[in-house]
Amino acid sequence: MGLELTKEETEMLEGRHGKATRKAMEIITTLGEIYGAERLIPVSSVQIAGVSYHNLGEAGLEYLSEIAEDGQIRVLTTLNPAGMDMTEWKKHGISEDFAKNQQRVVDAFEKMGVVTTCTCTPYLIGNLPHFGEHIAWAESSAVCFANSVIGALTNREGGPSALASSLTGRTAEYGFHLEKNRIAQVVYDVEIELQTTDDFGLLGKVIGDRTGKQIPYIREIKNATTDQLRSLCASIATYGGIALFHMEGITPNRTSIPEKTEIIGKDDLEKARAELDDKGAEIDFISIGCPHASIADIAKVAEMLDGQRVAEGKTVWITTAKPTKDVAIKMGYYDKIEKAGAFLVSDACCAVAPLEGRFKGLMTDSAKACYYARGKNKFDIKIRNVEECIKEALE
Amino acid sequence: MIELQGRRIYKGMAEGETLVTRVDISFYGGVDPETGEVVEKDHPLEGKSVSGKVLVMPSGKGSTVGSYVLYALKKADKAPIAIINKETDPVIAVGSIISEIPTVDKIDIDKIEAGRKVKVDADRGIIMVEK
Repeated sequence: MGLELTKEETEMLEGRHGKATRKAMEIITTLGEIYGAERLIPVSSVQIAGVSYHNLGEAGLEYLSEIAEDGQIRVLTTLNPAGMDMTEWKKHGISEDFAKNQQRVVDAFEKMGVVTTCTCTPYLIGNLPHFGEHIAWAESSAVCFANSVIGALTNREGGPSALASSLTGRTAEYGFHLEKNRIAQVVYDVEIELQTTDDFGLLGKVIGDRTGKQIPYIREIKNATTDQLRSLCASIATYGGIALFHMEGITPNRTSIPEKTEIIGKDDLEKARAELDDKGAEIDFISIGCPHASIADIAKVAEMLDGQRVAEGKTVWITTAKPTKDVAIKMGYYDKIEKAGAFLVSDACCAVAPLEGRFKGLMTDSAKACYYARGKNKFDIKIRNVEECIKEALE
Repeated sequence: MIELQGRRIYKGMAEGETLVTRVDISFYGGVDPETGEVVEKDHPLEGKSVSGKVLVMPSGKGSTVGSYVLYALKKADKAPIAIINKETDPVIAVGSIISEIPTVDKIDIDKIEAGRKVKVDADRGIIMVEK
């Protein structure tokens, strides 16, 4: 019993690979001891959260700078969204001061060798593990996507523990790294046809509110696109803290099927929709892209906005990863969106940008965005499908 | 003196006065990173400061950004001098490691009263509380 380390791991803990690696190994081994791990295992991919200066603050930045003094990453590592578009921040109303500090955060990560694409959908831009691969990801929606849709294996890491895995190339073997902890615990029969991303987000809220962290086995969904699953993952993680689900016929993990079964019907979805719909909300902010929009999402929105004009007094953010934005520029989508008076914002999102006090009401297709808009930014909210969101923007 | 045996989370020695709560603390949003004052609404410690105390609580809760709040407190010289938990959660564990705050868990914290002198030997996972 107890945590056994290899020779190299012991050397890391003793500080023979530098100060930052030592601190990182202290974090990994302590978590391993708390959770009763018997060994560490290699990870091949890391996603780090805690990137927005708005959340990190000066202290978080100071810690990252200290680690960056001699810390170097060992495996492919990408970053969560920052608090602003790293190039076009000025036109989105971000202050000089904030921009300077946000840049310092990204610079610290870059010094360590992190790939500084700031996105919550690393799997869309080149950080894509395969089935059965052990990884250490933070960002709850991406964790859920990796475990459930891809079938990679990760716990729900925090910012510092994900960074620690990046610096050591290790994580402790516990939780979702062990097959025995990935077995479904409750069946959900979904007796409604889900159409759009907001429907899938609402399903995530219904299940998330109900499961009490039990692993769901979702049945009766006939078809789901990657973009719809992305929305489900974000919402089920936000409302239920769920890091793994199974979806019959769609996701790849093998599991036994639990006996305990619950039905989800039209009423449940409508009730969830009503809860994310503030009566009399005055909508002056429309945001699509939580989690970050795919190139297919952007193409659709560009088509809807082509030749149109966003109404006076309304702000529209379509949020995405920088590489996706670059493709959108090449394809002419960016011009269509921006000429209509909307913004294609990369690197950031409406949940982590410093937006308090700037808007009254948010309309979005994302159940997750609703949660943070209401809780953190004190906006009124309305959840609608993408077509209705864009229609609202133009009215 | 009563001696209680627990488990080391992060090494170090400390001696000071206890600040005790039976309710978990979220450092992110729940504690002012500049002063160490508990600001979570309706928390039993609301208005009290963790600064310079041996903080005794069941566990941590909330966002992982809370680890960085402990680090901020340490840098501002406002951190607790030691932490004693029933079960340390990952947010507190990581926070203690990066801030180098002696921390012990697996302690029956019901046996510890507020305002008592306590010696923490985190290396051995032992605490000694004044009767």
